[in-house]
Formats: sequence, C-alpha cells, structure tokens
Amino acid sequence: MTIATAFLALLEGQPQHGYDLKRAYDQHFAGDRPLHYGQVYTTLAKLLRHGLVTVDGVGGDSGPDRKRYTITDAGVTDVQRWLDEPEKPDQYLQSDLYAKVIGALLTGRSAAAVLDVQREEHLVAMRELTRRKQAGDLADRIICDHALFHLDADLRWLEHTATLLDDLAVQVRR
Amino acid sequence: MTAGVRAEGGSMSTLLDAQGLHKAYGPTTALAGADLRVRAGEIVSVMGPSGSGKSTLLHCAAGLTRPDAGHVGYDGQELSMLDDVRRSALRRREFGFVFQFGQLVPELTALQNVALPLRLDGVSRRTAERRATGLMDRLGLADKARSRPGELSGGQQQRVAVARALVTGPRVIFADEPTGALDSVAGEQVMEMLTTAAREAGAAVVLVTHDARVAAYADRGIVVRDGRSSERMGVR
Repeated sequence: MTIATAFLALLEGQPQHGYDLKRAYDQHFAGDRPLHYGQVYTTLAKLLRHGLVTVDGVGGDSGPDRKRYTITDAGVTDVQRWLDEPEKPDQYLQSDLYAKVIGALLTGRSAAAVLDVQREEHLVAMRELTRRKQAGDLADRIICDHALFHLDADLRWLEHTATLLDDLAVQVRR
Repeated sequence: MTAGVRAEGGSMSTLLDAQGLHKAYGPTTALAGADLRVRAGEIVSVMGPSGSGKSTLLHCAAGLTRPDAGHVGYDGQELSMLDDVRRSALRRREFGFVFQFGQLVPELTALQNVALPLRLDGVSRRTAERRATGLMDRLGLADKARSRPGELSGGQQQRVAVARALVTGPRVIFADEPTGALDSVAGEQVMEMLTTAAREAGAAVVLVTHDARVAAYADRGIVVRDGRSSERMGVR
C-alpha cells in the first residue's frame, strides 16, 4: 500500500486538510514510522496532478495546510481497485532460517543449536509484542496479532524442523 | 491473610527450585533431569512438544506427583520431606491451580466453586464468599456468580477457575494448558486476566503450554524436550 492509496481511503470518508490526513495516516497506517510533512504535501500534489483529489476549500491564511482536499470519482475507483486486488502471499521459499539450518548441517555444526537460538529470539520478540498489545487499543492489538501469528508460524516451523534434523543431515551430506 | 494480596512482586529471590527431576511411568521416561526455578512474582512459561514431560514437570514442582529422583525446594522447604498431610496443606494455602478441563464442580455455582478452596481450609462461608465475590468482580464475572459451570462458556469457566486459583492468595499459580480448550479470543481473555490478576496479587505463575502466543504472556520461558529442560534465566 502506498501513502497515496492510504490518503485516498482516508479522504473517501470525508474531505480533510493535510494536517488531519497526516494525523489519521499516522494513527492507522504508519506503525512506528510517522509521515514527514514533506511527504504529505508531495503526495497530495501528486494526487491533484492525477485528478484523484481536488481542493474544495481554502482557509483565510496562506500556506498549504489551509487547503481542504476531496476525493474525486477517479480516486474512489482507485480505492476500489486497491481493495479488489488480493495481496500476493509471500511463499517464504528464500528463508534465511532455512539457509542457516542447511549451513550448519553442511559444515558439521549443530543445526539444533541454530534452531534453539532462533527460538529464543522469536520468543523474546513475541513477549515484547504481547506487552505492547496489552497496553494498546484494539487497532494496536490487531496489528500486534498479525506479527504474533507470523512469529508463531515461524516457531512451528522451527519445532517441525527440529524433529527432522537427523534425516535432513543425511540428505544434505549425501 | 487477605485473598490475593500477599505481594512478593519485585523480590527476585528464588521461591520454587526444582532440580534434577527424574520420573518414569513404567517403561516410559517422562522426566530425565529437568530443572525449574521460579522467582517470587514472575511468570515462567514451560513449552515443549506433546509428550515432552512439561506437565509432569509441573506436577512434580507443585507437589502433586513425587519424582523418582531430584528435589523440589519451596521457600526453604524440601517438598519430599513433608508428609502427605503437610504437603497437601501447603498446596492448598500456597499454590493455585488452573487446568485445561473439568476442574469445576458441576453441582456448585460459580461463586461456590471460587470459594471452595477457602471453605476446605476452614474459612467461614460468609468470609469465603465475600472474598470470592471480590475476585469474580475483578475478573468480569460479577453477573455469573449464581450460574453453574454447565451454563457458562468455556472462557467463562476458565475465568472462574482463575478466580478459584487466586482466592487463597497463593504465591504460585500452576496453569497447565489453561487455554487449550478455548478459541483464540477467549484464550486471550483468560491469559490477560490470569496474568494481570497474578501480577496484581504478586503471585508467580508456572504456565505450561504448547502455544507460543500463550507463552508470550510470560516474563521468560523454558523448553522441555525428551524430559530435559533448558533453563533460560535471563529476562530480555
């Protein structure tokens, strides 16, 4: 998702000034990376250029933040196209974790130790996310859940792989 | 002692120290040298694959099962040196338990179930039910006091079990797969309430689970595999 697409989704709800768009973007989409004001106004300029938003009002003061932006029909179509297009699932076929397991087996080192170290690292990250989730609102909880489910999937793979290491070692060294 | 407020939180002394535990059931080895140390007020997860020995470790550490070898120290006492009566009394007063299934008495109301450990310890009905009511309010169960377990959802039943585990003001709560029979949302509610209530009460928690998302509520964790444990005392 681009910043421009997020702005269009926010503007479909209601016309907004640049400052309000930044605040709403930071709340819903930014995670730990809030927007710079420069990004807000370059993005809005691009949306204007492409006819996806218009300026429907300008306040008394001069300056970019006095403009209120409204989504156009073309902008609404863009939002619909974005929502209709499924995200491509990552196939995880170039996993660094897998590469380390194979690297350990190829070099006669302990792949189990590699998995143990990684398991602990994952659990530390999951504990941090759980603390953050407990302190947050529902939106925070859901974004933390997304990360937690992915880390949990990694851990299941680690456990599964740990049970197959002996067979895998034979195959790798063949 | 006031229920749930015997606070030891903040102390970093080892409260429960199980070392070198061995246990076999006939030809099957369940524990082959497992350790578990729990400091006052901390939450420790015990993870491991099915059949790894993690539940046996919990049972031995809680004095429910006698290990074949090794020792379990609790607050300066060696559990194996206590006779059954004293061990049972220590369990009732110092420990709370939450299991996966079937821990509530179906004929009793939720309130009576929560008050039960206090009643078994000779506390008057009035006092026991007053303490139980206070805990049930904190765990969002105020309107379920008169319900029987069969009338409650799985998540509500586990919250009743959490309240019952906390009602005596235990210093350690042993929880064996407390969310194992629940869906993900109900499981999270139970974990939130268990860990929040335990921290408020200053109780330590030993949390046995196969689920990493449940284990992530702990301060630290150990892994049990083939009856051996990996102690990882560092909190990061």
